[in-house]
Order: sequence, then structure tokens, then C-alpha cells
Amino acid sequence: MQVTMTVNGKSYTRDVEPRLLLVDFIRSELALTGTNIGCDTSQCGACTIHLNGKAVKSCTVFAVQAAGAELTTIEGLAGTGLHPMQQAFWDKHGLQCGYCTPGMIMTAVKLVERHGGTLSEEEIRHGLAGNLCRCTGYQNIVKAVQQAATEMGGGD
Amino acid sequence: MYPAKFDYYQATSVDEVLSLLQQHGEDAKILAGGHSLIPMMKLRLASPAVLVDIGQVADLRGFSTVADGSLRIGAMTTYHEIADANTGLDALTEVCSIMGDLQVRNRGTIGGNLSHNDPAADLPAVALALDAQLEIRGPSGERLAPMEEFIVGLMETALAPGDLVVAVRFPPSGPASGSAYEKFENPASGYAICGVAAWVRRDGTGRIESCRVALTGAADYAQRLRPVEEAMMGQQAGSEGIDAAAAKAGEGLQFLSDIHADDVYRAHLTHVLTRRVLQKAIERAQ
Amino acid sequence: MGNYMGESIKRREDPRFIQGKGKYVANLHIPNMAHVAILRSPYAHARIRSINTDAAKALDGVIAVYTGQELIDGGVGKLPCGWNVPDIKVPDRWPLMVDRVRHVGDSVVAVVAESPYIAYDALELIEVDYEPLPVVIDARKTTEPGVPLVHDEIPDNISYAWALGNKDETEQAFASAEHVVELELINQRLIPNAMEPRAAVAQWDAYTEEMTLWTTSQNPHPIRLLLSAFTLGIPEQKLRVISPDVGGGFGSKIFHYPEEVIVPWIAREINRPVKWVCSRSESYLTDSHGRDHVTVARLALKKDGTFTGLHVQTWSNQGAYLSTFAPLIPTALYITLLSGLYKIPAIWGEMWGTLTNTVPVDAYRGAGRPEASYLVERLVDIAAQELGMDPVELRRKNFIPADEFPYQTPVAFLYDSGDYHRLFDKALGMFGYDALRESQKAAREQGRLVGIGVAGCIEASGPAPSQVAGALGAAVGFWESAVIRVHPTGKATVLTGSHSHGQGHETTFAQVVADQLGMDINDVEIVHGDTGRVPFGMGTYGSRSGCVGGSALVRAAEKVRAKAIKIAAHQMEAAEEDIVYDRTTGKLHVKGSPAHAKGFAEIAFAAYTAHNLPAGLEPGLEESAFYDPANFTFPNSCHISQVEIDRETGEVHIQHYTAVDDVGNVINPLVVEGQILGGIVQGIGQALTEAAVYDEAGQLLSGSMMDYAVPKAMLFPMFDVDRTVTPSPHNPLGVKGAGEMGTIAATVAIANAVMDALAPLGIRHLEMPLTASKLWHAIQGASGGNGMQATNETPLGGRDEPGDPANWPERQILSD
Repeated sequence: MQVTMTVNGKSYTRDVEPRLLLVDFIRSELALTGTNIGCDTSQCGACTIHLNGKAVKSCTVFAVQAAGAELTTIEGLAGTGLHPMQQAFWDKHGLQCGYCTPGMIMTAVKLVERHGGTLSEEEIRHGLAGNLCRCTGYQNIVKAVQQAATEMGGGD
Repeated sequence: MYPAKFDYYQATSVDEVLSLLQQHGEDAKILAGGHSLIPMMKLRLASPAVLVDIGQVADLRGFSTVADGSLRIGAMTTYHEIADANTGLDALTEVCSIMGDLQVRNRGTIGGNLSHNDPAADLPAVALALDAQLEIRGPSGERLAPMEEFIVGLMETALAPGDLVVAVRFPPSGPASGSAYEKFENPASGYAICGVAAWVRRDGTGRIESCRVALTGAADYAQRLRPVEEAMMGQQAGSEGIDAAAAKAGEGLQFLSDIHADDVYRAHLTHVLTRRVLQKAIERAQ
Repeated sequence: MGNYMGESIKRREDPRFIQGKGKYVANLHIPNMAHVAILRSPYAHARIRSINTDAAKALDGVIAVYTGQELIDGGVGKLPCGWNVPDIKVPDRWPLMVDRVRHVGDSVVAVVAESPYIAYDALELIEVDYEPLPVVIDARKTTEPGVPLVHDEIPDNISYAWALGNKDETEQAFASAEHVVELELINQRLIPNAMEPRAAVAQWDAYTEEMTLWTTSQNPHPIRLLLSAFTLGIPEQKLRVISPDVGGGFGSKIFHYPEEVIVPWIAREINRPVKWVCSRSESYLTDSHGRDHVTVARLALKKDGTFTGLHVQTWSNQGAYLSTFAPLIPTALYITLLSGLYKIPAIWGEMWGTLTNTVPVDAYRGAGRPEASYLVERLVDIAAQELGMDPVELRRKNFIPADEFPYQTPVAFLYDSGDYHRLFDKALGMFGYDALRESQKAAREQGRLVGIGVAGCIEASGPAPSQVAGALGAAVGFWESAVIRVHPTGKATVLTGSHSHGQGHETTFAQVVADQLGMDINDVEIVHGDTGRVPFGMGTYGSRSGCVGGSALVRAAEKVRAKAIKIAAHQMEAAEEDIVYDRTTGKLHVKGSPAHAKGFAEIAFAAYTAHNLPAGLEPGLEESAFYDPANFTFPNSCHISQVEIDRETGEVHIQHYTAVDDVGNVINPLVVEGQILGGIVQGIGQALTEAAVYDEAGQLLSGSMMDYAVPKAMLFPMFDVDRTVTPSPHNPLGVKGAGEMGTIAATVAIANAVMDALAPLGIRHLEMPLTASKLWHAIQGASGGNGMQATNETPLGGRDEPGDPANWPERQILSD
């Protein structure tokens, strides 16, 4: 069936099988491979994108469910240059192999937006429960989110 | 992993959902938030022939107040939407703020969760403790099912073929009342190895005059802990009677064992979390 | 210019990762690409009676279906073992098994289809008639009477036996011991869980008969070698193996896997590009697992705490087959480390490599060394307890003194350098050891279960030299290659045989080269992971990239400098020995006349124009090196933690964690600290949450992220991390390797803290992971209990019981 959605500000129409997962739509149909797949049980969060402004795991949504929706992937997070969260991950060495990083950043952006600049370390650690990283031990990720939270300010 | 093929229908009204369910009978599954169903489909543990997507049914979303003063929450309202709403129900806000993870809370829905009735889900315990009722529509019309009647057994509910949970109703917590949820989670899945929800109301002297306590994760299905509730009547905040009441949490229950925790440990956790959640609920009942 | 050593330079590879531009294998798309899925055994042990693929072949969109026999008929070979200790019996392992499967997940049939969705549809249509056979899971039980043989030709399921040390002296030490500590322990099986699942893409060029394979590998050259010489048969010069960005490995992506044979074989067979991407569920059943030791050990001491002897017997579970380097891990990377940080005059280590109906086991971060550290440091803690000594005091008493390096242990290794007292001084100071011991006393008086755990650990990094490795069983060398290709404009392309899967070589290696040649780091490009571009190299594992790969870069840079000096001397009409190569500026001048200098770019240009070169000097400025290290390096560490156990629930809360590591000189402190921090969390995962759990039928019960607890952020406080530095004399950089120390030390630092917390209850030792359930049961048992019978049986502290989801009623209509 035909679906149309806006991804990173651009409208796409594709004919898809109902069973096509949104993450495969993004990766295969749109060739936006920054959104990764790390598990098949909705645990790891590597596939996190923004769907109508909310962080969701795109491996657990069918593309047809997102018909008409606005999506942002890691490729479209920053207009130009780097989003403060991307910058913070770089500054604080919040990544090593980089595989969890796009999902981690997409979740962290919404975490900060939900809580604003007052986010505590504990809130960050719990807020990242849906994103697994095997390289960094999370320490520098937490520091990166703290830096970005300060820069992103009050939140919504 | 990749799901098997299915036919997909996107309904825009409850009537359309019901008629699609009628039309496709047992081949059809409802797709709500999808966070239990889609992983099972990806692993091909479930391969429904037909999916009826209710994500676009506007009537199934949001909050309203019904005639008896109950808060009515549309079945497709997400955990985050509930956590962010001012429901006045502490345990509900609490559970909707911690269950799953940030992303799951943006997709998971109250109706989907309760209909799925996973023995390790958090929400059923809270719905039991808050005396929720499920608004169900189906081939036989519309009916209200109290949570306790709705849960029939292990992953079994009172839903008949063709039924749809359209909303969940919560009576107001009331004055001098409080509620809470305490959980011990599986470090891998985040599901409850044991979770206990409590609602209490205190009388003018501060004693417990009404109380509901419910357990999830530790037994075949979420259920009320009546021996605890009975023993709580008349208890004062901080009294030793609370622990004695909590100690009754395991009475008559068959606890689950799995690779993470055996029945003995779950029984013990049930006792501990019951005491902790009662203390928290009582503190909130000011 | 220059001066990059020791600088915390932000990683140059990060901009692509943070913007979603990582080049992982699964991201590769080639027009006309087909997709492979593999049917895997649902049984731990079974005979294959027949396979019917007719229905799968008939499915619309299926291109072909292949069985193991068809692959063998098509020329594929057995997967080899790359580490052959004496008298080893290597079982046959084919890319697709033919008549028998030996673990759940063993590969049986390959499907290639137009989409991965269709390929998975086809898997459901394949009928395999299995005759289930009895299974053996536990390394301890492999030789018991009546236990089935995993491979009929390997008696007692023992693939090999190995021993090292001074046996007679060890026996004498125990005969005259004043105190003996005995301990039986398990180092539980772990599942690596690199966040990027394995993947392979292959493209066959039918005209040139060249194959390109993109694979998620830590070492593409050895993979090409094995493919060419053993499994696929395409000559090395016609085979290009590329590992682009690799999303973590932790050892699991060192090995040669069946899919690396199946995918290119099919690509050639159907003459189309072919892709296979492992699902996480499959990765649990097919990525080599780690650890899985059962050990009986005895430590002999004098009454004053002096160690006099150590005897260790270990049964190592190797799984159903020998993975590529499996026999290396429990031999030359385990028994050899049993001396720890200590002078132990007599050590005798024996081990048996056993076969079971489980996923093959091989290197996993630390690989043998965490098992050794865990064993030694548990023994030392128990010894301290039994002798009534402070665990730090006992360790200090037995340290190898700083002035005794190089130090020869009784188990082969010659330690390079170290100052363990200084290391401990720093860590104990940062931790506030004495004050926290005082407050622990107060907490204990209140009945609280507070524990402090100390771990002093040794690692052997950068396996070397090749000659020794060969004598120990290696089928490969352990040197590393480097090429510095200086371009006429003075910029450089650097080719390295090391390969980053998260380590950040594009930054740290560029630092080394820019520092060596006095260049701007932005003028240095690092190329790795491609056998078509890089000379043969050994890859990245065993914390070897800095000490071996980095040293190869230094050797190549020295040659570049030497040639540049020759050219400068000629052009400036001076003797070579009078030329000063200023590495801080990248300029060359005659001694005493710095004002009249030639820049590196000028020299490079001159080298390529070749208008005015010294007689006999070849044009160009490109140098290579193959560096074979003189020895391993020996990083060491002191990690200290404080935990409190919730007496009511058994939950462990980590309150403080201090890590001081001596990894020698440091190229980039930011990167080194990142390695340590990540390693600590991975090590704590083993201590507290992670375990592969098999049932008696050989089903992996912890077979997904729903049941295998990869640690989450919420489990940890911030760690306090610092370093001491004793440069390694074994390599020109003085580095020791930082990739594994965190993992090696953290496991036992936490385990010792938990056991210290439980010590007042008389609990001596519990097996990892130290889950809440297990600890609560232990506390109950120790304090007389509350009348409830402890029944926990699984490594996670639960009990495997009914709860078979297959028997659950059909799920209800709605999903959440």
C-alpha cells in the first residue's frame, strides 16, 4: 500500500508491504542508514527516531502506522552544523564504536526537552533505560547529556 | 527479524474497528501501540493474518470525566500522555512515568497494555488498586468490566471475540487518600519481577478506613491481595501492623519461578514491596 | 604541528558517527542485491535425517536454497582452528552442518531471496527431520560415564589438555605450607553483545573473478587468509575483505564465522551481490561466547601471609566446536597470568578444553586474563580473611617490588615494568580507603551490609613475539604492519593493519604519525580495515593496537625521517648527522642554523620531483614497517569499590568506584579513559547481571536482551578514574594497551566488595553474577533464614520452571 510521510522535512511517497517495519523503510527505502538496528525485542534503542516529535523505537512500528507522520532521524536532527546534543557527545567522548550513538542522541534530545535544564544525573541514567551502549560504560554519555541540557536550556 | 505477511486495515472509528473484527473473526488482531505484538510478530511467535490498526481512531484518545465523576482515559492514550496529565491518581502517574522506557512510554497505550494482560506488566496492578473499570464495546454492545473481573487468568481476559477496550475509567482517589506503585524490575527486560500497587484512604483520626492492594509480576496474573487489605483496616501510619499486614501478601498465592527469581524470592519481595508501597501510599494520603 | 603525544584530542571519526554517517556493513546497499537468511538448529544435539527445501524453493521471491552438502560439493572447506596446542583434537565444523547439529543455533540451510522478509518466510517452509540426541552442557560433566560424545571421534569430550609451571616446586610448596586456601569457582559464560550485530555483504565480479567481502571483522586480513586457504578457496590476490566501521566487537568479531563463507559462496553461485545481517536473536546463538570456566584452586602461604605456591585446575567449556582462537584463551592467556601482581615462587596450572552442546566459546574482552585475575584476587581476599589480615596489606606484602623488573614468573611471562605500591598508594588515596573502612565498621554495627572490594590486576597485552606465539600454538604471527605514504604536497596517507571497532585509531594513530613527523594532524589520514588498500596486518584484539600497531607506525616514521634527512643533507650540503629534524615544527635544518630550514613538505616535494636527490637514493617518500614486538606488555591496575547490599531485597548498590590503571605512556588520555570506563561497566556486568543460562536440554534461556542483562546506565554511579605511568620498555612508544584492563579489574573489584559485605554473615564465596535473588537467598541461608527454603538453581539466582511460553494461552486481541 502507498504511504506518504515527511522525513527530515522532505515528503516521501512509497508503495510498501504492510509488514515493512518503519526502521527498514527509513534504511532501505529512504537510504537513511544512520538509524541502526541492534536488537529484535525493543530493548536496545539503536533505532530511536522522532515520530511526530516523540522519541520512538522505529523497529517496533510498521511503516504504514506512520503514514502522514512527520519523522526526524539523526540525519535531520540539526538544521545546519551540529545539534547541541551531537556536539556534546563529541566534546565529552560519549561514543566509541558509534553504533548506539544516533539512537542515544535522539532519545537524549527528547529527555532533555521533557525535563529541561534541571535534569539530574539520576534522571538521565533512568531516562536512558531504553538505550544500550556496550562501549562507553555510559559515564561520558551522562556527561554529554548534562552538557547539552545546560546548552539547550529550559526545555518545553 | 521480520514479521510474516498480513492484511492491514486502518480504522478511523470504533464502529469500523468492530465491523472489521466481525468480518475477520479470529484471524484478526488489533494493533494498538504494538509494543508487545510487533516484537512477537518479528520473532514469528505470532503471525496474525489480519491487523486492525486503531491508531487513527480519534475517539480512543484522551481524557474526560464521566457522570459518576470517574476519569475516563481513552484506550489509545499513551503512558506518557497519562503521566503528563493531571489525573490526581499518584500511582497511575507513577507507573506511567517508569514503565518500559522513554520511547516505549511514547507508544504504549493503556488499553493495549491491559488487554494484553502480561503477567509481568506494571499497569494491571495499578488499575486493580485504583479500582479501574474497562469500557468494552463488542458484538454484544457496550459494557463495563471491573479490572478484577476483566483479568481471568494467565494472559486471559474477559474480552470476547470481537470485543474492543475503548476506555479505562478510574474513580477519583478521594480526600485523605493516596496511592503508590513499587516495583522490583528484571534488569534485562525492565518488566516487573514483582510489583505492588496500593491505594489507601484514612479516616478523621488518620486510620486506614479503605484500602486496595494489588500484585503483578510475581504470580500468573495481576491480582488483589485481600488478606493484606483486610489486615490494613484501622492501621495507623507508622504502626507495626502495616508490616504484619504486608506479611499476609503471600497468603493463598502460587508464585512464579523463572531463571531470574524463584517463587521463594518472589514471595519475599511481595512482602517487602507491599510494606514499602503501603507506607508510601499512606504518606501521600494526607 | 607535532606535539600530539599525550594530548586529549577530540576524536576525528566522531562527526560522522554523531551525524548518522557511520559506514557499517549493514548500511551497504548494492543494486540487484539479494538477501540471505540461515535456518538454524532448534536442537542442542540431533542427527539430521532429511531436509526438504522444495516448498521454500517454490516461494515467490526465493532465488535459491542451499544445504551443507551442496556447499561441500561446491568446494567449501571446514572452518579451521587457528591455535593448535600439542595433541589437540579439532572437531570438524562446516559452514552449514550436514548430518548432525551440535548446538542450538548450529547452521543448517541457507536461503537467498529478493528481500530479507521473503528469506525469513522461506525458512518457515523448510522441513528438517531431526532425531534428537542426548546432550552435555556443563564442562564439569563432559567426562562422566554415560555422557554423550559431542563428536564421536573425540573421547571424553576433551579436545586438549594443557599445563604450565613448576609442578615439583608447587607440590613441595603445598607440602610445607603453613596455610592453604582452597576455592572452587565458576567463571560464568557471557555473551558479548556488541551493539552492531554481525553482517556480511559479498560481490562477485564474474569477469575478473574477483570477490569482495564486506564483513564485521576486527581483523580482515586473517579472515581473507582463512577464506582463501581453508574455507572458500578463492586465491588471496582475487579476494578483497573490507571491514568498514565496526560497531563494537569485544573479541566476538575476531573469529571466522560460517556466514563469511556462505555469503560469498552464494554471491558467486548466483552472480549477484548478496547480503546477510544477523538478527540479535541469532547473535545470541551464533556469536562466540566468552569465559565459562570451572576451577579448583589452592594457594599456599606462610602464616605471615607470604605466598609460596599456587595450584590451579580449570575445565574450560569450548562449546560444540573450536572457534578460531578458542584454545589460546584458557592456555597462553590464562594460565600464564596466574602470578598476578605477586611473587609466587611455585605455580602449577592445568586445564582441559572440553566440548559441549553449546555455542562455541572464544575470546571475549580480556579473554583469559579476567578469568585469571578473578581467580587470583578472590583467593587473595579469602586468604586475607582467613589470616585476619587487611586485604591491601596482604597484597602489598606479596607485590613484585618495583626494582625487580623485568620479572620472570614461573608461568612463562617476563613482566616488563610496574610499580604496584605506587599504583595502590594512588588508588587507595583517591578512594579514601582508610576513612571508608572506618565508616564501614560503623555501618556494620548498624547491621548494614557494606563491603569494600580491592582488586590488583595484571594484563598481558599485545600477544608477542610471533616466534613465541608459534611455539605456543598460533597459526599466525602477532606482528603489525604500517605504511606511511607521504604525498608530494607533504600530506600523508597512513595504512595500518590494526583495525578500529570503536577504539578511535583515526585519531590516536594520526597523533602518533603527526608527532613522529612534525606534521599537522589534519594532514594525516588513517586507512584501515581493507585488504585491498592495506598490507597484510593482524587486526585489533588483546589491547594490541597501541603497543604493536602504534609501534609499527613509529618504525615506518623513523624510516621516513631518515630518508628526509638524507635529502635535506644533500640539498643543504651538510652531513646527515648534522641535520636536525625538529619534530615540533616539522622543519629540517643544519645544526646551529635553525633560520635556514626546509619544511617537511618541501622535502617531500623534492623526493617526488627527484631533480636533486643524493646519488643512489630512490625517488618518493613512502616507507613501510612490519613490527614484531619483543614481548607482551603488562598493564596493571588497582580498582576499589564500595557497595551496599539491601538486606531486604539483596540488591547491590555501587556507592564508590575508583580505578587507577598503569597502561604505560598514553597517546590520548580522553580515549584511554573512555576505554577504561567502558571496560569497568562491562566487567561489572559479569559481576552483577550477566550470564548465559542453558537448560538441561541445551536451550539458551537467556537468549535475548529480555533475559540477558546487558547493564543499563542506571546501575552505576560516576567512577573516579586516574592513572600511574611506568612506560613499557618493550616498545618505542612505551605504551601498554588499555582496551581490557577495565573489564579485567572491575569484575573482581565488585565481586570482592559484595563478598566483603557478606563476610560478617560467614559467607565465603558465591558464584557470579551476584544477583539480588542469589544474594538474598544467601543472606537468608546464612542468618538462619525465615523458614523459607532456598531453591535457586540457575546462574541468575532463579529457578527454571514451567513458564514455557509455548504452553501459554493464545494472547488476547489487543496489544499495548
